[in-house]
Amino acid sequence: MKKKFICGGIIAASSLITIGLTALIMNIFERKQEAKNPFYSIVEVTDKTEDPSIWGRNFPLQYEGYLQTKDMEGTYYGGSKPILHTPTDNDPRLIVSQSKIEKDSRLKKMLAGYSFSRDFREERGHAFMLEDQIFTERQLATNQPGTCLNCHASTYKAYKELGNGDITRGFEKINTLSYDKAKKLVKHPISCIDCHEPESMQLRITRPSFIEGIRAVKVSKGIENFDVNKDATHQEMRTYVCAQCHVEYYFKGEENRLIYPWINGLKADEILAYYNEINFKDWTHSETEASVLKAQHPEFEMWSQGIHAKSGVSCADCHMPYKRVGALKISDHHVRSPILTINNSCQVCHRKPESDLLSCIKDIQDKTSQMHSLALDAVVDLIDDIKLAIKKGFLNEQLTEARNYQRNAQFLVDFIGAENSTGFHAPQESARILLQSIDYARRGQLSIYKNLLFIPKNHKPELLK
Amino acid sequence: MEIKLQKISVTSKVLSVLGGILFGLGIYTFNYAQGISYLTNNSNVCTNCHVMQNNYNAWIKSSHHSVATCDDCHIPQDSILEKLLVKSRNGFNHSLAFTQQNFYEPIQITPRNQMITEKACRYCHMNFIKAIDTFHNKENSLSCIRCHSEVGH
Repeated sequence: MKKKFICGGIIAASSLITIGLTALIMNIFERKQEAKNPFYSIVEVTDKTEDPSIWGRNFPLQYEGYLQTKDMEGTYYGGSKPILHTPTDNDPRLIVSQSKIEKDSRLKKMLAGYSFSRDFREERGHAFMLEDQIFTERQLATNQPGTCLNCHASTYKAYKELGNGDITRGFEKINTLSYDKAKKLVKHPISCIDCHEPESMQLRITRPSFIEGIRAVKVSKGIENFDVNKDATHQEMRTYVCAQCHVEYYFKGEENRLIYPWINGLKADEILAYYNEINFKDWTHSETEASVLKAQHPEFEMWSQGIHAKSGVSCADCHMPYKRVGALKISDHHVRSPILTINNSCQVCHRKPESDLLSCIKDIQDKTSQMHSLALDAVVDLIDDIKLAIKKGFLNEQLTEARNYQRNAQFLVDFIGAENSTGFHAPQESARILLQSIDYARRGQLSIYKNLLFIPKNHKPELLK
Repeated sequence: MEIKLQKISVTSKVLSVLGGILFGLGIYTFNYAQGISYLTNNSNVCTNCHVMQNNYNAWIKSSHHSVATCDDCHIPQDSILEKLLVKSRNGFNHSLAFTQQNFYEPIQITPRNQMITEKACRYCHMNFIKAIDTFHNKENSLSCIRCHSEVGH
């Protein structure tokens, strides 16, 4: 009996060990197989394959990340939080992100008379770029041109087909169409084909505005005839593919050509100087009649002024960090705030605890946010003063200077506000721009006070004591 | 001496076969997992399980790659016994973590292993370090890799 018991025990133990060993060997086998195949060649993708799900069959891990850009997650100052939305005839969305103008009424005042004063929300992930653009209330406020699609859809195939193989010609044609007509030519938000060459998966630039814009930037650095698709390094491309859209821009002339205003340089005040030289305006401020400008997500420009750019760190290094999946190393195609991936994004270089790095980021963003708020106050004060001056019967000539100051001050404060890093991309530069904005706004007020015809609303004599 | 097969009990036969299968499977797994390679001093052994590929790539480009292998800096140089002990301890921890796939990334060195590396710096650069220690390291608080964290990889 005792013998049988021992035998049974030995058999049970050896079975368990065998199971363990077999599981281990299968595990090693799986990892070895993963290491052998960095991708799967299941379907053929060509320069005409626009649908990302087809690319996704060859690159399932990257595609999975790409799909995750649907996730909505807030960070301290950025990210997006899901807000329930009651569907209407014009806008069937059930979920949208938080409104910027409802959160801060000063923005609404600054943007008075422009479509952004009707609907201005936090940007959501790449997956939503097309539908959020189609259904925004801004579409009802103005007739938007087809140009907008350049950055709100996968346009490579449409450009190529419309231009008979020449993307620049296709781009020019779509720019002249109305948004309603143009949106019928596109199907997907940004897709694989917009950044990758299908045969080699090399990064490539598919937006003519960036090809032209970066050429102008390189000229200012003494490099002539820069062809981004031939001359840029791989590390530069890891920034440039993002910079095709995450930049300041304007629509030029009747043909609504999309231009990146970088002839004077990439800094906010250099861009402002360019707009002033060509006398461009986005709209006329409805409360002050100033010709004003709207800044748009200038992430590339701000990053260019920061320490990370100077150290050769690209957008993808932090926003699409390398990650390990089993035995594979891939770029995380779930593009998002590095605050949500501090280990892969920051700790690869900065060997410090997550909490330390997070407090560094928060410190920069808190301070920038405080400065931004001070600058917004100053701009709103100036707007109130101009309004009062108009009411008091000031002549237009007496207000020209103040209106110019308003234009400059509000573009600069907006440049930091519309930029998505709340100062992190270039803290010192953000501070400089915000200081300049405050300076312009207060000088604008002084230019009105010079006339001494009224006691200004915001004049606080107690501050002078 | 001749042993007749019939004289061995059935139980012993079954147990021997079971033991043989287990041993064979164990040997095969050990071989499949390149077990022998871990006894060598080759740096590319450390990339067997893929996790340290980045560190290995960086080491290839580093100033130390022509003079020191992974083991030279990460395994004690004092005695063969200590060397084997640290190798098997780290080896076990690493295989367990990689099999379970539940470790923190980027991988970080443990304080104990950091001490080993610190000693390795001093092992080779002693003549130079002596001069520094004499004046600046009275309380033994100066660490080489705190500042030179990227010399290896």
